[in-house]
Amino acid sequence: MATNVSAPVRAQSSSFPTMVLIVGWLVPGAGHFMLRKWIRGTLVMVSIFAMFAIGLALKGKIYSPNTGEILDILNFVGDLGNGILYILARLLDLGQAAVQVATADYGTKFIVVAGLLNIISAVDAHSLATGRKRS
Amino acid sequence: MTISHFGAVILFSLFTSVVFGITQRSDPRMMIRFGAFCFALFVGGTIAASWVMWLIKH
Repeated sequence: MATNVSAPVRAQSSSFPTMVLIVGWLVPGAGHFMLRKWIRGTLVMVSIFAMFAIGLALKGKIYSPNTGEILDILNFVGDLGNGILYILARLLDLGQAAVQVATADYGTKFIVVAGLLNIISAVDAHSLATGRKRS
Repeated sequence: MTISHFGAVILFSLFTSVVFGITQRSDPRMMIRFGAFCFALFVGGTIAASWVMWLIKH
């Protein structure tokens, strides 16, 4: 049975989709920018930057690499999804303050979810680059 | 920064729905529809769960 698979959008380089994936992970929205999807890239970038910033403003925690509890490890993986935002936050020692307000837990979740959304966005950009997703 | 529970729900739902809409649909019109659907589901689900918790407590 014939399948209706569209041809890859950019077949000029086999490493291009991988590059889109990595750049999209490192800088939220940049994967879509590489594919000239300006509006989508901007919306993704604003959403993820805003969630990350709100998370920090709410005194959310930035997790470090750890081998402790499974939930701490999963939170770290989620945080890592933020790419350069996570690296910057670690370098600037953000998200390490002792929790003093109840809403800090919301902040922690905002940061983790921002990372997970960024991973979804990077994979979406990769799918667009390979042609797996139509447009 | 301080934020109310409902404010947090709205912000979380808004940003998450935007990314879901963009990544889970191909057609721009369907992206908006799916994003709006996700937003309504997030906010509506939270309000419904809140009422359930209130009923359990009382």
